[in-house]
Amino acid sequence: MAKARFSKEQYLKWYEEMLLWRRFEEKAGQLYIQQRIRGFCHLYIGQEAVVAGATSVIRHDDNMISAYRDHVHPIAKGVHPNAIMAELMAKITGCSKGKGGSMHMFSAEHRFFGGHGIVGGQIPLGAGIAFADKYNGSDRVTLCYMGDGAVRQGALHEAFNMAMLWKLPVIFIIENNNYAMGTSVERTTNVLELHKIGLSYEMPSKAVNGMSVEDVHDATEWAVNHARGGNGPVLLEVKTYRFRGHSMSDPGKYRTKEEVEEYKKQDPIEQVLNTLKKNKWINDAEIDAIDEKIKAIVEESVRFAEESPYPDASELYKDVYVQDDYPYIIE
Amino acid sequence: MRSIQFREALREAMQEEMRRDETVFLMGEEVAEYDGAYKVSQGMLAEFGDKRVIDTPIAELGFAGIGVGAAMNGLRPVIEFMTFNFSLVAIDQVINSAAKMMSMSGGQFTVPIVFRGPTASAGMLSSQHSQAFDNWYANTPGLKVIVPSNPYDAKGLLKSAIRDNDPVIFMESEQMYGEKGEVPEEEYLIPIGKADVKRVGTDVTLVSFGKIIKTCFAAAEELEKEGISCEIIDLRTIRPIDYDTVLDSVRKTNRLVIVEEAWPLGSIATEVTFKVQKDAFDYLDAPILRVTSADVPLPYAPTLIEAALPNANKVIAAVKQVMYK
Repeated sequence: MAKARFSKEQYLKWYEEMLLWRRFEEKAGQLYIQQRIRGFCHLYIGQEAVVAGATSVIRHDDNMISAYRDHVHPIAKGVHPNAIMAELMAKITGCSKGKGGSMHMFSAEHRFFGGHGIVGGQIPLGAGIAFADKYNGSDRVTLCYMGDGAVRQGALHEAFNMAMLWKLPVIFIIENNNYAMGTSVERTTNVLELHKIGLSYEMPSKAVNGMSVEDVHDATEWAVNHARGGNGPVLLEVKTYRFRGHSMSDPGKYRTKEEVEEYKKQDPIEQVLNTLKKNKWINDAEIDAIDEKIKAIVEESVRFAEESPYPDASELYKDVYVQDDYPYIIE
Repeated sequence: MRSIQFREALREAMQEEMRRDETVFLMGEEVAEYDGAYKVSQGMLAEFGDKRVIDTPIAELGFAGIGVGAAMNGLRPVIEFMTFNFSLVAIDQVINSAAKMMSMSGGQFTVPIVFRGPTASAGMLSSQHSQAFDNWYANTPGLKVIVPSNPYDAKGLLKSAIRDNDPVIFMESEQMYGEKGEVPEEEYLIPIGKADVKRVGTDVTLVSFGKIIKTCFAAAEELEKEGISCEIIDLRTIRPIDYDTVLDSVRKTNRLVIVEEAWPLGSIATEVTFKVQKDAFDYLDAPILRVTSADVPLPYAPTLIEAALPNANKVIAAVKQVMYK
């Protein structure tokens, strides 16, 4: 048997956190069907290794920004699941005080600069966050996530060009799950290998197997070292797959069941569990104990969210302006 | 008191704020090595260096977004649009990012940024280079919008805008950059959201802002000869609007004409009219009138420009109409 590439502790950490995210998202999906979560709801199920392999590399004070499939990224960055579930249920205890919802998770404390709802809009923002760190002489790096659909937006190309020109410490990460909503990559471009887009700007770019948390970790380590070393941005195209639809209202007619099943065989969580089992680093009792622990965390997040109040109507005119006596038009 | 150009007043505001606060920087097309497309930033590269006075590629969406991201992470960017016509390709970052960030993050991320540059018509530039989007930006909660009309106001308001912790849209005019006005040597600030009574009068209130307010001054001089006394209110800030100053004046004169360079539908004139009819209905002796740009794209030919834009004669005609003369 090949020697495991990382320590037992690292695999256990990956297993526990990815399983928590999976169970959390499964619960969010259930709650959405029950209409206890409203709005749009984009689940991360299947893509967990993309974030797990990055947060095992970065520092706590590094920055992260993402698009609207953003329940898991802030948890990975340290936000308590209670605050995410409460936000999904539009409660004042949510990480954005019930004002953002599924697509707009934020945590200044954990340097998570948000979930953003306009495809590609977060890409120049990510470059700008990195611009400020470089301006201030900080050695923080920014992880800027986007889907494969965002690669088509002009914002990406403008931001890539300036990030390279100014050598900004930002790592652009395409989470290529092969479908922009219901439109496959093949139907939107002649350049199927999305990492090659970076080469247009002479940006160091790499394709990564996003179903392997180890591969994501290694690629992120390379990217972070490059960016933190003052060498400018990096592009990672992480090839992943979402097991669920684009959102909860996705009929899924644009891909076959066989394709979905094929990818489920590469489930990143199963892969980590197999490594743990093969190395006899985990036994059945321990697996059950982890399951129970995670179940309790998810249930607690639901309880916390359900018991939390909605924002009071008096919140309507708060958090719009820093100026506390802004004269709103109130008729 | 010394007299300086509008562009010099803007430059002094930026220079003073950049000397005062290391986190303030200027970014835009041609702001550095070219010394500014309209020479507003002349000499600033030499003083502050290329770390703080930054030329960008022609990529408004990208550098507007980079500005917003930098503001979320502790800096105070001044982003120059060569004109606000070009801000349309960046408007996603202004409206969806800058204006929304504080609210959708539950107050955690603020965006202390200034987007500035010239707005509205500037000679025979035809349709794409002559638009006044002042009211578009003013429509959006989360933003503040300033449209100054003279060097003194421009300097004091730009300094306040740079120090403000909310995103500010600051709209100038190519045709004002060379105009001179009295500006003291000493430092001063003008509060955002306060209108200014630029001319005291008794018979009719003229409300305007920005470059086009000049048509009100010209009209008022002519009307004075005919014994009609105009009060001119410069809104200066169009989000928030200082309604009280307008209402106080209308309660005195009982007549109101609003002069604005935007198109008529959904204009600031529309908004002020609504507010005055609601809160001072019984004080009005005539229907409120407005003089705006014609409801068409601005063409190239001078005859058509003359027909389309507000001018003193149109203001005089409107004033006489509300005076029933």
